[in-house]
Formats: sequence, C-alpha cells, structure tokens
Amino acid sequence: MADKKKIHFTLNGRPVDVLAEPRELLIHVLREQLGETGSHIGCETSHCGACTVDLDGESVKSCTVLAVQADGAEILTVEGLAKNGQLHPVQEGFMQEHALQCGFCTPGIMMRAYRLLAENPNPSESEIRVGLSGNLCRCTGYQNIVKAVQYAAAKLGASRSPG
Amino acid sequence: MINDRAIVRLADESEFTAEVTKMAATPAQGEVKDNLIGIGHARKRKEDPRFIQGKGRYLDDIKLPGTLFGRLVRSPYGHARVKSINTRKALAYPGVHAVITANDLKPLKLHWMPTLAGDVQAVLADEKVCFHNQEVAMVIADDRYIAADAAELVEVEYEELPAVVDPHKALAPDAPVIRDDLAGKTDGAHGKRTHHNHIFTWEVGDKQATDRVFGEAEVTVKESMTYQRVHASPLETSGCVASFDKVKGELTVYLTSQAPHVVRTVLAMLSGIPESKVHVVSPDIGGGFGNKVPVYPGYVVAIVASIVLGRPVKWVEDRIENLSTGSFARDYHMTGELAADKNGRISALRVHVIADHGAFNAAADPTKWPAGFFSICTGSYDIPTAYARVDGVYTNKAPGGIAYRCSFRVTEASYLIERMIDVLAQKLDIDKAEIRFRNFIKSGQFPYRSSLGWDYDSGNYSAALKKVLDAVDYAGLRKEQAAARARGDLMGIGIATFTEVVGAGPRKTCDILGISMFDSCEIRVHPTGAAIARFGTKSQGQAHETTYAQILATEIGISSDLIQIEEGDTDTAPYGLGTYGSRSTPVGGAAAALAGRKIRQKAKKIAAHLLEASEDDLDWAGDRFQVKGVPDQFKTMTEIAWAAYNNTPDGMEAGLEAVEYYDPPNLTFPFGAYLCVLDIDRRTGETKIRRFYALDDCGTRINPMIIEGQIHGGLTEAFAVAMGQELIYDDNGNIQGASFMDYFVPTAVETPHWETDYTVTPSPHHPIGAKGVAESPHVGGVSAFSNAVIDAFAHHGVTHLSMPHTPWRLWQTIHGLGLDK
Amino acid sequence: MIPTSFEYHAAKTVDEALALLDTYGEDGKILAGGQSLLPMMKLRLAEPRHVIDISKIAELRAVRELNGFLHIGAGVTEAGVIASELLRNKAPLIGETACQIGDPQIRNRGTIGGNLAHGDPGNDQPAVMMVLGASVTLRGKAGERSIPVDGFYSGFYSTQMKQGELLTGIRIAVPAAGSGHSYCKLKRKIGDFATAAAAVQLSLDKNGNCAQIGIALTNLAPVPLRVKDAEKLLVGKRISDELIEQAAQIAMSACDPAEDLHGPVDYRTHMAGEMTRRALREALSRAGRQ
Repeated sequence: MADKKKIHFTLNGRPVDVLAEPRELLIHVLREQLGETGSHIGCETSHCGACTVDLDGESVKSCTVLAVQADGAEILTVEGLAKNGQLHPVQEGFMQEHALQCGFCTPGIMMRAYRLLAENPNPSESEIRVGLSGNLCRCTGYQNIVKAVQYAAAKLGASRSPG
Repeated sequence: MINDRAIVRLADESEFTAEVTKMAATPAQGEVKDNLIGIGHARKRKEDPRFIQGKGRYLDDIKLPGTLFGRLVRSPYGHARVKSINTRKALAYPGVHAVITANDLKPLKLHWMPTLAGDVQAVLADEKVCFHNQEVAMVIADDRYIAADAAELVEVEYEELPAVVDPHKALAPDAPVIRDDLAGKTDGAHGKRTHHNHIFTWEVGDKQATDRVFGEAEVTVKESMTYQRVHASPLETSGCVASFDKVKGELTVYLTSQAPHVVRTVLAMLSGIPESKVHVVSPDIGGGFGNKVPVYPGYVVAIVASIVLGRPVKWVEDRIENLSTGSFARDYHMTGELAADKNGRISALRVHVIADHGAFNAAADPTKWPAGFFSICTGSYDIPTAYARVDGVYTNKAPGGIAYRCSFRVTEASYLIERMIDVLAQKLDIDKAEIRFRNFIKSGQFPYRSSLGWDYDSGNYSAALKKVLDAVDYAGLRKEQAAARARGDLMGIGIATFTEVVGAGPRKTCDILGISMFDSCEIRVHPTGAAIARFGTKSQGQAHETTYAQILATEIGISSDLIQIEEGDTDTAPYGLGTYGSRSTPVGGAAAALAGRKIRQKAKKIAAHLLEASEDDLDWAGDRFQVKGVPDQFKTMTEIAWAAYNNTPDGMEAGLEAVEYYDPPNLTFPFGAYLCVLDIDRRTGETKIRRFYALDDCGTRINPMIIEGQIHGGLTEAFAVAMGQELIYDDNGNIQGASFMDYFVPTAVETPHWETDYTVTPSPHHPIGAKGVAESPHVGGVSAFSNAVIDAFAHHGVTHLSMPHTPWRLWQTIHGLGLDK
Repeated sequence: MIPTSFEYHAAKTVDEALALLDTYGEDGKILAGGQSLLPMMKLRLAEPRHVIDISKIAELRAVRELNGFLHIGAGVTEAGVIASELLRNKAPLIGETACQIGDPQIRNRGTIGGNLAHGDPGNDQPAVMMVLGASVTLRGKAGERSIPVDGFYSGFYSTQMKQGELLTGIRIAVPAAGSGHSYCKLKRKIGDFATAAAAVQLSLDKNGNCAQIGIALTNLAPVPLRVKDAEKLLVGKRISDELIEQAAQIAMSACDPAEDLHGPVDYRTHMAGEMTRRALREALSRAGRQ
C-alpha cells in the first residue's frame, strides 16, 4: 500500500488539506473526505459526467483525475455556485426551466454549463448540446436543460451589459 | 359537491370541469386559484432548491459513523458449478472484517430468497452460478478501496457448464438444466411446469373462438418480433446502508427502493425481526424507472453483515454491476397475428410470447400477473375476439423482466399491436392512420370491456390522432414521402396510437406478495395553517413533493407552498406499495384527494361552529367556507386550522388530520397519439429524427410543466431503446456491452427535439379524473420510432425490422435491398 | 472503479521523467491527461506499480512554428489543440479531429501525445498525423530520435517506442497553402470511438490535379492504416468521382476491421469505403490551386 500524499488545493474558495493515497480519485476525496456530496458517481468508465467539477478553470470529470493531480489547483463544485445565498443564474435557470427531475445528473451538468457559458457566453443550441455531450441525463430528455442554459446565458449577459 | 366516496360517472370533460370548478367556486375564483397554486398550475418544483445546490441526500451521501463497505465477488461464467470458495487471503487483507458466502447465510436460511414472481433467487451462489456476474461472495472492509482489493483475493473454483441464452433453445429437450434447485418440481407458482427450463404458461382470452375467427377470416397477417433485452440504467445505481443496532435489536436500512414499505415487510419476514423494529428509509433516489423495485442480493448480504458485525454496512453497485445484474427489461419473443376483413377491420388478435426471464424469475409483477398486463395488447382497437399465451422460460442470463418504464409489460403489448396494425396496413395497402381510425374504440363505447378482460375507463382516440395529423400536415408528409421514395431516399413516418393501463390496482386483482395494491395519504394541518402530508408512494424524480401538494391545495384550500410532502421513511409514512407502473397519481393522488376531502368535511363542521351556522348553509369557496348569500361571513382554512386546536364544537376532537387508504376501483387508461418523421442515410444506415409529435391524454393535468418533462424523458428513453439499446449474451453466457462504453445512453447531441400536445379525457372513476402519465411516452415512443423506421422501407416490402435499429442493422437491410448503390 | 495501489511521481522536467522511467523500468507508466490510462486502471486492465505524471511539464505544452515545421508538445491537450490559432491557420485538420475526440471534459485533460502514444487503434490523431506526414519525437537516456508516424505503430497497443523513452512532441511540415483536408468519423454517438474513420490531406497543382495526398483509416485494423494504394491511384490525376469511388474500393480491400458491438465486419468495411469517399470529397472541395 502506497504512502498517503499531502494534497493542498482551494475548494469553493477555501483552502483544504487532505491526505490521500495516490490512487484515490478526486471524486472520492471530495465526497468522502471533504463531505461535499453534491458531485455524484454514475459510472466507472468516464462517460456519464455526473462527477464534473471545475478545475483550474476547466470542466473535468473528477472520477478521471487522481486527487494528487489536483494539488495546487482551484476547484469549484456545485456547492460553490451560489454566492452569499444568491443562486447562480445557471441554478436559477435549471429551476425556472424544469431542467431537473431526479437531480442526480444536475450538479455535473450545471458545473459544465457554468464553464461552457464562461467560455462561450452566447452559445447556439447546437453549441450547447455539443458542450454538454460529456454529461448524461436519463430523466429530462435534455430539451429543458438547453433552455436552462439559454436562460442563464441571457441572465449573465444582461448582468454583463452596461446600463 | 362531490361525495368523497362516490364514484363519479362523467360523460365528458365539460361535466368534470364543472365539478372541479364547483370545488373551487368563489366570487374571486381566479384569485383564489392563483394563491393556492393547485391543480393545473405549471408551478415550479418544490424539491428543486436542494438539488440545484448539491444538497440532495442520495444513498451514497449517507454516512453513518463506523460504516464498513461491502463489495460483491461475482461469477465470470454464465453457467458453472462452484467447486470451492477460498476466503483466506481476502480475510487476511488488512482492513477486511468479513467475507460472506452462501455457507454463512445457510444457517439463517437466507442463501435463497423469494422473488416477487413466486420464484426463489440465490442471494449468494450455492453450489452453482446461473448467470454472468451472479453474486458469489461479499467482502466487508473498512473502505471501498480495501474492499475492491480484497474482492480480487477471494479464490473461487468453477467448473464451467454449457450455457443456454436463447429461450427457444432453452426449451429443447436436451437443453442444459439451469435450476438444479427446481429438479422434479412440476408445480410452479403460476401453474404446471412442462420442462426443466419452463417457468409458467399464462393464457388469456378465448382460444377456440379466436382460432375459429382466424379460420374464417378474409385476411390474416402474422409477424414475429423480438423486443430486445434492455436496461433502464438510471443514473444512480442501486445501493443500501444497513445498520443493525445490537443494543436495541433494531434494523435500519437506507436503500434505493421505489417501494420501501414492501421492503420493510419482506425484511421483517426474512429476518424474523419484528416489523416495528425494522426501519426502512428510501432517501432521494437518482432515477428508478422500475430498476429499483426488486430486493437485490446486495441488500440482503449487507443487512446480514450489519447484523453479524454490529456496524453499518454500505453496499453500492457500480455501473457494470447495475447493467449486468440489476433487473433487465423486456426480452419478449412475440408472434402476433391479426384476422381482418379486406377493409382492414380487425376481427381477432392471436399472440404467442416466449418470455425470457433469465436464471431466476425475479420479475416485479403483481402476484396474479406473471406476464404483467400484457393482455392490454388489443390496444386502442375494438377487437372482439382475442387470445394470448405467454410461456416463461429460464435462461442463463440475469434475472428480472419488469422494469424500464414498462407499466408491467405494457411496452411489449403496445409494441406488438402497433406493429401488427402497421403490418396489416401494408398488406392491404391501407394508409396507416386510416386503418387505425377504422379500428379505434369509439368514444361512445366507454367504459369499454376489452376481449381480454380490461374495463377501459375513458378515451377518445380518434380526436387525439386527428389532432396530431392536422398538426403535422400528415397528407403533406405522405406526399413528401412519395417524392422521397421516387428519388430513392428513405423517409419514414411512424404512428403509434397507444392505450396503456396503469395505476395498479384494485385489491381483487392486484397484490404484491399478498399485500393489496392500495396506496395512502396521511395529512396533518398545523395550527398556523400549514400542513404536512405523507404518502406510501416514493418519487424518484416525478416531483411528488410538488404535484401532491397541488392536489391537496385544491382540495383543502391551503397554498401548495405551505404543504410539505414526505415519502420514503417507513416509520412515518403510511403504508403504501411504492411508485412504479405510473401508479402514484392514479392511486396516491386519489388517496390525497379523498384524504383532503375528509379534512374539508371536518373543517366544514368547525366552520359551521365558528360561524354559528348550519353546515347546509355553507358554501366552499376554494380556501374558505362562507355563508350562502352572505359572502362576507366566512372562515378561511387558516382560521379553521387555528380553531381546530382550541375551539372545536363540543364532542369533537382537536386537530385537523385525516388518512386515506385508497383501493382503486379500476386501473386507469392513459392514451396518446404519436407521430415520428425520420430520414435514413442510405450509405451509413444512420437515422436522423426530423420530427416527433407526441400527444398525450392523461386525464386531468395536475402540472403541465411536469407532464411535459415526463414526456421528454420517456421519449428519450424510447429513442434509446428503439435506436440503440440492447444487452446481448454470447453462446457462453457472457454478457456483452454492459457498460456505458457500449450500452447506448444518448447525449444531448443525439436526442431529438420533442413537440408535445394534449387532450383531456378524465378518468370517470378517479376522484380528480387523473390517470398518470410518466410511462406513456416510453410505451408509445418505442412503437412510433420503430414503426417509422420500418415505414421507411415499406415500399420495398419490408414488414418488420428488429430493434434496436442501429446503423449497422439498417445498413444490412439497405445493402441487402441494393439501395446503397 | 478502484485502481490498484501504485506509487506516484510528478516530474517537473523531461529529464526528471526520463530518470524516473529509467529507475522504474517496466513497472513505470507515463500519466499525461489520464483519460485513457485512468479508465483502464479503474477497470484494473492496467495495474502499473509506478505512475509518472508528466502533466505539469511546461516544455511539453508548447505549440510553435519553426522553419516550416509545426511543433506540438506531447502534453498539449486536445482542448489546447483546438484553441491554438496557429494550428487552426496552418493545419486545421488537427483541431477538427480533436473536436471529434471524446467530449469537452475529456478534451480538457487528454493530450495529443497520449492519443499518439497509447496505441489504441481507436485513437483518432494517429491516422491524421500519418496523412500530414508527421513525425513523433522520442527522447530517452540515449538521446532524441524522430520517427515518422507512418510506421510508428506495429500492432495492437504496440508502437516503436522503446522502454525508457518518452514521446515529447510531434513535428509536422506545414501543409502547403491551398491544401484540402478532412477527417470523417462515423460513430454511434458523440464521444465514441470510430466505427470507421478516414483522414485525408491533399494539395492540388496549378492544373487542378492532385499533387500530393495522404489517406489513412482509424479503427479499421489493429493499427492506423495508411492506404498507399489509393494515394498512388490519385496522385498526379484530376480527382474525379470515378477515382474517388475506386479509392474507396481500395480502402475497403485494405482494411481489416474487427467486429464489435458497433458493427460487424461487412458494415465496417463498407463504412471504410464511405468515410473515404466523404473525406476525399470534403478535402477536394476545400483545396485551392497552388
């Protein structure tokens, strides 16, 4: 059994220190050691995207990242989307557009949508669908998820524009 | 005023609307209705806040101090004798607490467990394994990492046996014997067993009369079709946290179950622990679709481990385990026949099915229905004579059969009849919509007794189909198709006009392990006018916290914002049979309405007392009782709630609560008309869905937004089934494609656009006229897609193509017809 | 879901990585993006005792043009390839191919070096690099060497890389102005490995005849497959529909696909032909005159 490594990173704005075996997956460290259970596990072949988090400004599947690889990183998970009790426009959009049913895929999809909009503030529907191609949903059929992302794009755009 | 026990007979929607309107009658009707946010509102969901903030509480989120982790050791063979199991190395691995095998379960008589279908299933393999990945042992360790390592150290010696994975071959005289434990047992749970791999034969209808009609018919058609083995694959896999408290002698189990009360009863029976000391809790569930109804071996072993070790034990399956061993769906091998006149008017239906149940019949059907509700296979059509026979068969495949949004085999039944009517249409060169109009049960025929024994409550099939055809310009589409065919292109138009049967069910006919299929609602109104209601159903994403609150808001005049809904904790929720088969609205929703009316009855007495008036002088005005003709003399429900706790009339108990256990008088029959337009690439066999128009009638629509979401989801699952999903086994009994690498779960890119529409034909026997809807899109969707694909080749004489309609299969058809030149 | 235990070493430079490779020999495995290796480790199809992480080595992440050659560091992610304006302008085929690999999350981590070194016949960049005439740079204790991608793959998961060597970069001669390119990938769903894919890079002379062409197939043989006979057929000629058809037939004869759940042999063989047709047409439509 390998010695545990000291890993330090920023999670939702706060510094964390964990000890983890090299083989420990980032998703497990987030969920088990740090108690942030918002990110979920839906498969073991890196397809479903339920574990998606934002790592150093990029969407990644945290089940396919070793915790040790996150040393020194800045990580944002669903628990960090809302600020000061205020929901992020992505979260608002999901509720307004009925873009979730069982909610299991939702954190991963919202984290992906968050980064998608940061990279592409005015995506077309096709760009949204391709942008979400790393996230599976069984309940919604994606149509309302697309609308939720469009809602968030509009809201973010409005808050960005002057006057 | 609707009597809370009356069965309301309504001729049509307008009469029903009048009744609902009366319930909410008030001078400022619209305003009250808006404040209540009750039935009919597309209100946002009450459960969303926790999910969108990552604060849902799913099974794997549950952490109890001292929890150990279980990992199953599974068979790499489809059929083999277990010669020996050596656990020494695994037990010696640091951090391992126990390794459990069948031998450990034998003294507790738990190495086998009863299934919901009257069979038994091995909990851990005893002497042989009968399907690939069957459970053989469970390692219990400090954490999942150690458990994963230790599981590989369990040494199992197998002696491979020939496997049989084709149900037809399984019935050959020299087919391998799969169930040694049933040797010599010719009496099955559903009648005589005629072969060592035969499970049951179920028949319905009139065979003699049907054969006679076929013998005399002008036209007959016959088609064989397999509805392939698929899997519901909810995004969250199954799991449990079992915690036995040695001090109190109490067992608590958190588990991903769509039916927690039934699980509790089963666990009490299996363990011998009094049911009052068994606490089963279903937390938030990440999708069920029927996959989370059965009691899985993993649950049982984890529970035993917890009892033995005195510590909580968590077991969560991974995706490959889920796809390869969790309850599959379908695997129905059907042959359909229609007898008709030359105008396409059907006179009889004859069906034979070989039902592949895998190695153990673990299908989650109501007891008396080994083939589920397959007898709905006369569909939306007035077929005077019919006969169906289903033969259940064992094979060396994973156990199950009922799952995946199927309403107990309604998917299979509906597929059969929707395909057959297209086959008949093609044979007679009658338009596929026209032939349906000619055969629909007419709206004047309801309630309609089908030739296979169902009493359809209400329907208006012609209106539904007509609305769809008008919306899509059907005539224009057929013209376009003719032009496409002339060019050599493959354009398909698929129609599905389905009727399904949901809401199990009346206690005369429906039970699960002997427990009648009622369901329940218990309401308590608090002094300050808010309320809590608990149910025996269990949502896995169907928004019960919202829709039940809406029903109650309309019934008891309290805003749905103020009504908390709870499900899943068997200590507090009234007994219920759970959520599957679209039964929550028909049964749970009815219980809600009637419990609500009991609340209102008591409230009326209190109001009369407060207003010093007679009950007969009071009108209900949506959220208040007011004196007839004196509208400023009223008491709101808020005032009444307060009074319930300090000013009830003499002789009346304090409090404002009610409970209803609802035994439905009948099932409900939602229906729909779907139309799919698609184009197939002649070179690659790829299909592009151009348009999908889905009209659903689920009776009263509680929340249109939620209905639409269910339709989107069910259609997407239908798309997956029709176009790509299958779980196949090779001849050695090894499952192929049981991971997301190969099992087709579409992304947002492949998933088509959905257009939804509706009509409203209330159920006359349901207190609010609602029927349930969530499985309809899946039932109808698969048929619509498949019919569309086959329609694309109809002009080449193709009458059927097997699902899934993968590009390579379609290309083989194209290539065989020489269409890719 | 759970990998076996291993020791983890993060290299800060290429020399450090080589030293670690030398130390651990066959027990050492390079981890770059991890989007191929980690899934294999989670299914315990790979159980390396020592994992050498090269993802933080800055020198492996450069994209440069030098003396008529494009140099892509092996550690550049597929997302980085897509984002590179230089590559988009000079060799757009590479970024277009990257867009068809995996999904956004996977592209953020998966590297082009990994896609080339892994040896899975389903990887997409190898066929593309073949038609671009690219070479991979391998560095070991003994020094550096350059191997043409065409010839780099010797079998299923098997390349010319020697024990102790690291693939540090890819070198591509800048395609001529007016080149046409295409990567046509038939797949069951987005993110899947190819059921059949064809890569084409070509240039036309001033008469509109084919001056130079590369055609290669993905996932239609145990290795990425260059279809030289089809190239020979087309070079020097005006690429007509008839010639495209003949080239497609050659591709069909040349390929040797395995049957899997996405298609039997006859389907994949015919799709080799169809993807070749489509890639040739698209590349031709994009090509200008020199």
